[in-house]
Amino acid sequence: MTVFLLRRLFQASGVVLVMTVLVFLGVFAVGDPVEILISPEADQAERERAIQALGLDLPLWQQYLVFLGKALQGDLGRSFVFNEPALTLIFQRMPATLELAFGATFLALIIGVPLGLYAGLKPNAMPARAIMAGSILGFSLPTFWVGLMLIMVFAVQLGWLPSTGRGETVTILGMRWSFLTWDGLLHMAMPMFSLSLSRIGLAIRLTRSGVRENMVMDYVKFARAKGLSPQRVVFVHVFRNILIPVVTVMGLELGSTIAFSVVTESVFAWPGMGKLIIDSINVLDRPVIVAYLMMIVLMFITINLLVDLSYSVLDPRVRLESRE
Amino acid sequence: MAVGAPITSLDPHYHQLSPNNAVADMIFDALVNRSPRDQGIPGLATSWRAVDSTTWEFKLREGVRFHNGNAFTADDVAFTLARVPRVPNSPSSFALYTRPITAVEIVDAHTIRFKTATPYPLLPTDLANLRIIDKETAENATTEDFNAGRAAQGTGPWRVVEHRNGDRIEFAANAQYWGGAPAFARVTYRMITNDAARTAALLAGDVDFIDQVPTADLARLRREQRVVLSETVGLRIIFLGLDHSRAGATPFITDNDGKPIEPNPLRDVRVRRALSLGIDRAAIADRVMEGAATPSGQFLPAGSFGHVPDLAAPRVNADEARRLLTEAGFPNGFRITLHSPNDRYINDARIAQAIGQMWTRIGLRTSVEAQTWATFVGRAARTELSAWLIGWGSSGGEASNPLRNLVASISREKGWGASNRGHYSNPRVDALVDRAMVELDNPRRETLLREATQMAMDDVGIIPLHIQTNIWAMRRGLQHEARADELTRAQDVRPAR
Amino acid sequence: MSGATATVKVETPLRRFIAGFCESKVAIGALVVFLIILAAALLAPWIAPQNPYDLAELDIMDGRMEPGTVGGAGFTYWLGTDDQGRDMLSGILYGLRISLAVGAGSAFLAGLLGASLGLLAAYAGGKTDTLLMRLVDLQLSFPAILSALMILAALGKGVLNVVIALIIVEWAYYARTVRGSALVERRRDYIEAAQGLGLPTHRILFRHLLPNCLPPLIVIGTIQVARAIALEATLSFLGLGVPITEPSLGLLIANGYEYMLSGKYWISFYPGIALLITIVSINLVGDQLRDVLNPRLQK
Repeated sequence: MTVFLLRRLFQASGVVLVMTVLVFLGVFAVGDPVEILISPEADQAERERAIQALGLDLPLWQQYLVFLGKALQGDLGRSFVFNEPALTLIFQRMPATLELAFGATFLALIIGVPLGLYAGLKPNAMPARAIMAGSILGFSLPTFWVGLMLIMVFAVQLGWLPSTGRGETVTILGMRWSFLTWDGLLHMAMPMFSLSLSRIGLAIRLTRSGVRENMVMDYVKFARAKGLSPQRVVFVHVFRNILIPVVTVMGLELGSTIAFSVVTESVFAWPGMGKLIIDSINVLDRPVIVAYLMMIVLMFITINLLVDLSYSVLDPRVRLESRE
Repeated sequence: MAVGAPITSLDPHYHQLSPNNAVADMIFDALVNRSPRDQGIPGLATSWRAVDSTTWEFKLREGVRFHNGNAFTADDVAFTLARVPRVPNSPSSFALYTRPITAVEIVDAHTIRFKTATPYPLLPTDLANLRIIDKETAENATTEDFNAGRAAQGTGPWRVVEHRNGDRIEFAANAQYWGGAPAFARVTYRMITNDAARTAALLAGDVDFIDQVPTADLARLRREQRVVLSETVGLRIIFLGLDHSRAGATPFITDNDGKPIEPNPLRDVRVRRALSLGIDRAAIADRVMEGAATPSGQFLPAGSFGHVPDLAAPRVNADEARRLLTEAGFPNGFRITLHSPNDRYINDARIAQAIGQMWTRIGLRTSVEAQTWATFVGRAARTELSAWLIGWGSSGGEASNPLRNLVASISREKGWGASNRGHYSNPRVDALVDRAMVELDNPRRETLLREATQMAMDDVGIIPLHIQTNIWAMRRGLQHEARADELTRAQDVRPAR
Repeated sequence: MSGATATVKVETPLRRFIAGFCESKVAIGALVVFLIILAAALLAPWIAPQNPYDLAELDIMDGRMEPGTVGGAGFTYWLGTDDQGRDMLSGILYGLRISLAVGAGSAFLAGLLGASLGLLAAYAGGKTDTLLMRLVDLQLSFPAILSALMILAALGKGVLNVVIALIIVEWAYYARTVRGSALVERRRDYIEAAQGLGLPTHRILFRHLLPNCLPPLIVIGTIQVARAIALEATLSFLGLGVPITEPSLGLLIANGYEYMLSGKYWISFYPGIALLITIVSINLVGDQLRDVLNPRLQK
C-alpha cells in the first residue's frame, strides 16, 4: 500500500513537470504577455523595461529554469497583473469554486441516482422514459445558454433569485464560504444548478445502465431465488455493484466540473478560480496559469487515487497490485 | 454599481490600465484632474504656469487631508514622483509620465517646480496620470499593501473599506473631501465581466448602475421605463491598420489565383484610398453599432484639441473605389484577409465582417479572421498581418497623442510610433509633430497638429472608421455625468434632481 | 441469454441486431429524424436559399430582421436574420454540417484512439499500462476547455483544428473507461481460455475483449458526441472554435446570445432548437444501440 502511494506520488511529480513545460511552451506560442499588459501609450524604452521587470527578456529555457528553481522552494511566482503571489490569488478564489463544484456533484447524485434507479428498474414505464429524455436534455444544453435562460427567468422576469455574484459569506479557516448563509445559498442556486445539469444526466444514465445490466445477472436471480426481498436485492446487492461505474465517472467528473465552472463562473460573475484562469489566459498571466494548472493536476491525481482506492474497496476483483 | 472590466490593483502606480485608473480616481487625486471631456482642470494643484521654457510651477491646494488625517504637502508630490519609477514588477509603469521631469524643486509647502530637459507643453497633461499618495503611509508600502487597502490612503472622495480581488470593492464616502462630499454614504463596486449578465443584473435590480452597455441591449434599455442611459462621444477611435513595412509581397494579399502580389499594393496610396472609400461607415455606425458610434475621418471627435473641422468622414463611393483600383492596376481586384480581435472593442469582429462584405462589393475577395486579443495583439505587434482592425483611446484628449503613437515614424530615441504596427512613415508628418511637441503656445500648437493630422489622413496612413460612444445605464432616479475617457467613477453618479 | 441460441431459424448477427433495434418505436423515429437532419446538412448547398459563408451574399442592411421578413435579395427570411444579415435558415443548414462533422468526427476518432490504447493498457499491463495511464492522467488533469483553448490558440481557428483539439481532449475518457472494464473482463474465464487456446493477441483484444467492453464505450461515446458539439459551442462562446465567417450551430447560438435580452430571440433560439433536436436524436439512437449491442442484456 505505501509502495503504491509512493509510486503514485513519484508519477504525480513527473506529470506536474511535463505539464509545466507544456504551459511554458503553450503561453509562448499563444502570444506576448507584455503586448497585452502594457499601456498602449508606452514607448519602446518602457516596453523593454516591462519585459525585463517580468523576467521575459531571458531565453525561454532560462525562464523555465528560474521558475523551476523557485518552485522547488515553494514560490510559484507573482502574478504579472496583480503583483501578488499566484498561489495566494488561487487560494483566495478556491473556496468559491470548490463549493460550486461539490454542490453541483452532490446535487447530481441526490437527483440523478434515485431517478436512474427508478428508470433502470422500470425501463418501460412512462415516467422512466420521461426521465431518460430529460437526462438527454440535461447534457445537450450548452451551459452558457442555460445560465442565461435561468437568469432571464428567475432573476429578470420573476425576481426570485439574485442574478449574479456571491452574496454574503462566512469566514471559516480563513476562507470565505457562501453555502452557510441563506443569502449565499440563494446566490449559489442558479450557478450550481446550471453546472449540475449535465452531471445529473450523466448520473441518471450511469445508474440506469448499471441497474439494467445487473438485474439480469445470475447473482440477482440467485438472491431472488434465495427469497430475499426485492428491496434488499436492489438496495444492497445491485446498488453495491452499480456504484462502481457511478463512483468512477462522477469522481472523474468532479475534476472536470471544477474546470468547467470556468463558463458558469463567467456567466454568473462567480468569483472563483475558473474566472481567474479565464482572465489570466486572456492576458497571458503565466504565473497564475501555471499555478492554477498545477493545483488542478494535484487535485486530479488525488481524485484518481481516491477513485482507484474506492474501486478496490467496492470490487475486490480489482487489486491495486495489478498495476505492478 | 457594476463594471465590465476587472480591477487588478489598488496601487495607483502599478499598472497603467483604464479600470484601475478609474478606481484610483475615486481614492486619490492628481495635481491636475480631468474634466468629463478629458481636459485638465485643477485637482490638488490650484494653478500652474510655465516659469520659463523648461520650468513649470504648480500651486498646491491648501487644507487638504488624506483619509488618515495627514496633511497634503509638496513633500507628498515629490515622494509620489520618486516612487512611480520604482514600483517593482510593474507590467506597464507610469514612469512614462515622470521621465520628462529632470528635477523637482520644492519651493514651499504648497509650491513645487518641475524642470524638463526641453520645452515640454504636455507636462500638465502627463501629471493628470499620476495620483498623489501619502508619503508617511506609503514610505515602504508594497503593491500588496495597497491591494489590502492598508496603504490606499488618498485625498479622493472615497475611502476603501474592503477589497475582494476580482469580485468587488466596498467604498465609504470621504465626508471631508475638498471638492464636496459624495452623494452616497457607501458604494459597492462589483466586477461583472460578462456583458449579458451585467445587463441582467441591472434589469433584475441587483445593481443600480452599469458601464459598457452592450449595443445589442441598447434598443431594449431605451424602451425600458425603469432605466435611464447616459452617453457621450468617447475618445476611442476604431481604425484599420495597413502594412506599409514590406516593399515586396505582404502576407495576406494575393491575386485571385492565390499568388503573392509584388510590390505590396498597400504602398500605393490609390489602393489605400480605395479601401477607405469602399467602407460604408454610416452603415456600420447605424447597423452594427446600433447608433453607438460616430463615423470619423480622423483621430478625434469634434471639440477636441487638434480636431480638423473640415475633415469629414469619407462617404462610401464604390464606383470611385473600383476606378482607383483599376488605375492602380487591379481591375479584377485581389484577395485580402482582414484580421480583427473578437474580445477587445465593442463589436470588433462584427465590424470586421461588415467591412468584409463591403470590400467584396468593390471586387476584393475578402476573408475575415477574428482572434482573441491575446493572440491578435502579438501578431499585430510583429507586423505579421496585412490589414487589421484595432482601436486607440487618446488620453489627454489631444491630437499629439495619436499622432505620436500611431503614425509617427518608429523612433526609439524619441519614443514615437510605439503602436505604429504598420510602420507607416511620412517625414513631413514627423516634422510637423516635432515642431508641435516643443511649441508652448497652444493656438500655434493646435494648428501644427491639425496640419499633421490632415496630411496623415490624406495619405491614408491608417483608415479611421468611427469613434465609439461611451454608454452607461442606471435605474431611474439616478443621474450620471458621462465621461469621454470611459472611466466609471462613483463620484460622477448622484440622485436625479 | 438462451433465447437466441434456441431459435431454429438461421439468424445472422446483423439481422438480429436490426430486429433488436426495431423493437423501439422511439428509436426508429429518432433515426428517421436524424437521417432527415443528416440529409438536410449534406444537401445544404442545394436547398439553402443563401450561401451564408459567402460575404458577397450578405448585407448588413438586412441584419436582425424578424422571421418572415422579405429581404433585399428578394427571398423571405423564414427564420429571420442575424446581425450580419445572414439568413438563419441557411445558417442553420450550413451550421449543421459543421457541428455534425465536428461532433461525430472527433468522437469517432477519439473513441478509436482511446479504446485501442485503453485495451492495450489493460491487456499488456506492466510498464505499458503505467505509461499509458500516466498519459491519461496528464490529459485528464488538463481541464478540457483549457487544453482545447491552448491547442486552438497555438493552431489557430478552423474546423479541422477544432476536431484535433477535441480528439486530444477526449481520447483519455475512452481509454480510461475501456481500461476499467477490460481490467475486470480480463480476469474472467473466457479470456484465460482464449489465451490457453493460443489465439493471437489482436484477436483476443478485438474479438473477445472489445465486444465485452462495448456497453460502457457506447454510453460514453453517445455522451461524447453531444459533449463534443456542446464543447465546440462553448469554445465559440469563449471566442475560439470555428471561424466567425463560417459559423457552426454553436457559434450561431453564441452570436445570438447577446441579443436574447433585447427580445431578438430568433438569432439564438432556432439554432438552439436545431442543436437540441440533433443531439437528442443521436442520443436516442445511441441508447437503443447500446441496449441491443449489450450482450448481457439480451433476453
